[in-house]
Amino acid sequence: MSMNKVLEKKLLEPLSGNHAVAYAVRDCDVDVISAYPITPQTTIVEKLAEFVASGELDAEFLHVESEHSALSAAIGAAASGARAFTATSSQGLALMYEVLFIASGMRIPMVMALVTRALSAPINIWNDHSDLMASQDTGWIQLVSTNNQEAYDFIIIGYKLSEREDVMLPVMVALDGYIQSHTIEPVQLEDPEKVRKFVPKKKRPVTLDPEKPVSFGTLGDPDWYYEFKIQQAEALERAYQAYKEVSSEFSQYFGRSYEPFQILYGEDSDAILVVLGAHTGTFLKAVEMARREGMKIGLGVIRMLRPFPPEVSKYLSQYSFIGVADKAINFGSASGSYLTNDIATSLYLEGASSRITTYIYGIGGRPVKIEDALYVVRHLWRISKRLEEVPKKPVFVGVRY
Amino acid sequence: MSSSDRFRLREFAVTSLTKYYEGLEQVIRTDRMPHIFCPGCGLGIILKGLAEAILKSGIPINRHVGVSGIGCTGRLPGYLRIDAYHVTHGRAVAFAVGLKLANPELEVTVVGGDGDIVTIGGNHFIHAARRNHDINVIIVNNFIYGMTGGQYGATTPTGSYTTTSPYGHVEYPFNIPLLAYASGATFIARWTPIHYAQMVDAFLQMFEHKGFAVVEIIAPCVLYGERNRFPSYTDMVKYFRDRCVIDHEADLRKIGISLDPKEPLVIGNFYKVRRKTYEELYKELIERVSKEGAKE
Repeated sequence: MSMNKVLEKKLLEPLSGNHAVAYAVRDCDVDVISAYPITPQTTIVEKLAEFVASGELDAEFLHVESEHSALSAAIGAAASGARAFTATSSQGLALMYEVLFIASGMRIPMVMALVTRALSAPINIWNDHSDLMASQDTGWIQLVSTNNQEAYDFIIIGYKLSEREDVMLPVMVALDGYIQSHTIEPVQLEDPEKVRKFVPKKKRPVTLDPEKPVSFGTLGDPDWYYEFKIQQAEALERAYQAYKEVSSEFSQYFGRSYEPFQILYGEDSDAILVVLGAHTGTFLKAVEMARREGMKIGLGVIRMLRPFPPEVSKYLSQYSFIGVADKAINFGSASGSYLTNDIATSLYLEGASSRITTYIYGIGGRPVKIEDALYVVRHLWRISKRLEEVPKKPVFVGVRY
Repeated sequence: MSSSDRFRLREFAVTSLTKYYEGLEQVIRTDRMPHIFCPGCGLGIILKGLAEAILKSGIPINRHVGVSGIGCTGRLPGYLRIDAYHVTHGRAVAFAVGLKLANPELEVTVVGGDGDIVTIGGNHFIHAARRNHDINVIIVNNFIYGMTGGQYGATTPTGSYTTTSPYGHVEYPFNIPLLAYASGATFIARWTPIHYAQMVDAFLQMFEHKGFAVVEIIAPCVLYGERNRFPSYTDMVKYFRDRCVIDHEADLRKIGISLDPKEPLVIGNFYKVRRKTYEELYKELIERVSKEGAKE
């Protein structure tokens, strides 16, 4: 269906997560798209290649020779003042690792979609959060969508946030491979004119400009490097407040808003299960089923992974028992889970004494059925009722021993 | 398609592939059939040709090692009953170089697609060729990234239609034999799967050759074909039959691949020269320095 018809009828468009991202990039009037194919991201850039070729989007489309080059080219474009986009998954993100720090360190505003997928070896093309979690310390703002509408909205929010003068940092928008990327859901597309009014293109204070030459990324010796890094850390911290402002403006424009951290069924619950990403829906269903059985468990949803939202500890410290469901293994770390490490640290700093149980699930695309989610919720309830000890190590859901 | 239909189709594929690879069970893992290659893909024939060459090479099977990266072609060594390493995208040549240096007795063969070897892995390819490492590189060139659904790469002929060039591809492709020659490769050949006997012979020469050996196999890909005037597999086979010109003395500068129907597709064993390999030079260096003693 053509864009105009959608606008006339205000219909919801059935879109895969990848196509929702591509439409958002089109609607943000991105100038440069650089890409390298990788499953399950590829259909994002394929759709964008179509938009560019058909003239629906006036942009340069570069299909480069590796992900390292894809991000490098996007950074180059963004440094010159253009609005840039790229997308990747798994090994592609791993290959970009070096360049991730360049983007954040040079304070490059841009957006990258990450379609989450397990990391090699052994090679696995299915979904988990290994790639997303392993990149959380690269200085990027990370927004994690739970459905295709959020993937569309977060790209738009991402550009607005990224280009704010008090932020000037790259934004990664995560969506789960297959569960979102290849699954069709109704998505409310917005009027591209309205989207472009929400994210207007402005001249940025510092860009590469032949009229006013500047240098980017030159040697920062011990006299200056520290100050650069502190400024970068402060900008990422400011991104939290900036996100709240952008999100509130987004809701005025489009009527949807997303809290960095949201608690569902929190009031009367004995424990809270914290999740992120596409399986949020599965865990929510399990929580609702368990509540009908009288197990009062609430759900906490993290939509902003970096900067880590300060309200997580504020909310969670009210509960004695917390469950954390993580779709990645943090090898050799204190808790074995990236998410638990963050939550435990923030609770400790808050002075809270809540006990945390970690649940690892869905590794390498291992199916997460409602029974698995119910197992987690019931287990957490038994802990909250002191019918079971708090395990010191993660509970591996759905694994064969 | 019902599940019983699917089951019957699978059984048919297993039976016919097992029959196709009959006599090569010593090298081909027929227990892993059906392989993942699409009907009409050239890789099944290349697998058979490589297995036959390994058997005929006279080099014990347990000294052969297959290294591959990512992509359809990357899956090929997994069907061979030899030690095989499936490494990250583009890095098969770099991995193979380390393998060969650690154990020069091994016959190391990299099998990769055009996207893997000359696009994302182009840097490793040219530098390994420059140093004349004694390894073999089979590049299966199907003009496209097949496994991810048909995006253009560094060998996609100008004017091709792909999912990332829906209105025609504007870039110039690599001419692999010329790239290999300019980088320093010392054995260069190009064949197609329908030139089966010549392809097996080129593999044998490649095993025999000491130095960096490159065999490019231009292979049909149904994903490329369906968007580019070859709606069925037979169209691509017909294209290879009609357009291929065997010219062992061809000027490598003039054998770039074009979609122009008037242009021939030049194949042959183009280049072979004996030059000391990196492994030989390195061994000589160690011997010389050991004899002379370390510098003061």
